[in-house]
Amino acid sequence: MKIVKKSSHLILSLFIFIVFFFPFLWMFSSSLKTLGETLQFPPTLFPEDWQWLNYVDAIQSMPFWNFLTNSLIVTLTTIILQFITTITAAYAFARYRFVGEKVMFGLVMVSMMVPGQLTFLTIFVMFAEWEIINTLPTLILPFAISAFGIFMLRQTFRSIPNEIIEAAKLDNATEFTVIRKVMLPMAIPTLVTLGLLTFIGTWNEYFWPLVLTTNNDARTLPVGIVAMINAEDGTNYHTMMASNVLLVIPILIIYLFAQRHIIKAFTYSGGR
Amino acid sequence: MKRKLFPYFLVLPTMIVIILFNVYPILRMLYQSFHQWNMINDMQFIGFDNFIKLASDKVFLQSLGNTFYFVFWNVLLCTGLGLLLAVFLQKNTRFNRFLQSISFFPYVVSLASVSLLWSWIMNKDYGLLNYVISFFGITSQDWLGSPGLAMNSIILISVWKSVGFNVLIFISALQRIPKYIYEAAILDNSGSFQFFRKITLPMISPTLFFITIINIINSFKIFETVQILTRGGPLNSTRTIVYEIYEEGTLFFNVGYASAMGVVLLVILAILTIIYFKTQSKRVQYQ
Repeated sequence: MKIVKKSSHLILSLFIFIVFFFPFLWMFSSSLKTLGETLQFPPTLFPEDWQWLNYVDAIQSMPFWNFLTNSLIVTLTTIILQFITTITAAYAFARYRFVGEKVMFGLVMVSMMVPGQLTFLTIFVMFAEWEIINTLPTLILPFAISAFGIFMLRQTFRSIPNEIIEAAKLDNATEFTVIRKVMLPMAIPTLVTLGLLTFIGTWNEYFWPLVLTTNNDARTLPVGIVAMINAEDGTNYHTMMASNVLLVIPILIIYLFAQRHIIKAFTYSGGR
Repeated sequence: MKRKLFPYFLVLPTMIVIILFNVYPILRMLYQSFHQWNMINDMQFIGFDNFIKLASDKVFLQSLGNTFYFVFWNVLLCTGLGLLLAVFLQKNTRFNRFLQSISFFPYVVSLASVSLLWSWIMNKDYGLLNYVISFFGITSQDWLGSPGLAMNSIILISVWKSVGFNVLIFISALQRIPKYIYEAAILDNSGSFQFFRKITLPMISPTLFFITIINIINSFKIFETVQILTRGGPLNSTRTIVYEIYEEGTLFFNVGYASAMGVVLLVILAILTIIYFKTQSKRVQYQ
């Protein structure tokens, strides 16, 4: 009985492993095959001859470096702007009582529930009127704040005892000194969580850069790669998978290094 | 005086972004939905005409139906399989944590990557999936190209991507159940299914409810897989609300009409969000 239970446990575990992991292995394996080998049926598990040049072909078939630069600028700028707006707003909501506070905090909560799928059309029209379509700010500005970050950081700031701040103020510290020297060190774990979630979300973002761009100028990697593949006839699966591996690698690296932290962050966020 | 203004100064950037990119676009969408506008001519007020047209627009109604079909199956499978896998992996061992990270990885990968990967796996002539099912004596299928199958394939891909997130949330709920309850049940000698039904399920029911709502809200936004893999086809069988808004608005520039579709989605999401906030306040109480 025990053996049956143990072996069925093992079989199910193996099944989970194969279902979720094998597709990625398949992606990598396909990215190293020749075009001819990808078109063999039944397929081969491993490439007969590892075609690393597929990666060069993939990169040269599109403005890859341009897409990569856009992705990096958009992702990093978004994170930095979110840090600034989140810290200042969370500090105000945690430490001050002011007229309109409740309404403003309500607006922050509402903004968490308004998806880009509802706003993209009018924001596209608005940016078209401002004549800034196909520029990077259109991909950054709407995401310059994080309602979730403000919510988390407000809790952190509230947990800091008032005595510490009063003591600092008696020493004639200015508001900014209090934020920098007292509040920020306590906020670092929260900011790391926010930074990870925003990095993954922004790097992966496909919808927004797709609907807000009409040419390659401001396209980020995910949109750029898909647009280039669609522009071809779409049967070069070996280079398509090579591009795909390039897209997944940064996420894979972060996942390998900060896996526990990422899983905790997503559990805490309840998913956005 | 300066001190009194300071908090306003601190929240100003956040408020500008929210008003410019959340509040204003929603209000403007409502306004546009009562107008006819193609971004070139002047806006023309037409009252409820867009909505009346929507009610008899066969393609829109089909995309609404497709979206509900997707939402139903995607939510049922993500939640159901997520709970099953979580129960299976709930014991906090290294091996289980490893399997959990494997099952969660698709969730942190871009939908663009996932779609490209599955377009290859589901290729009708050379795809891995057709090879795998041939072992079970099933003939090759045109996964994304046949009207009867395409939406189910999209659901399969979505479940594969998101089930790991459900596992994550369920495991953290399961591990919060106090140990003494398990010990008492073992003393009682109650069977494992009965134990699950009588103890585990009631204990995690707030989480179950909460995650179901989140799954529903997220499922209504289905777009990327459709746009990359099928473009709404074949025969409009995978056309969804957001895809329809996208096509009508940014490809055909019927901004007024697309805004009216947006209002329909807004109403659906608003109802769900109200339910979400109500359940979330309950969830805090249970913990």
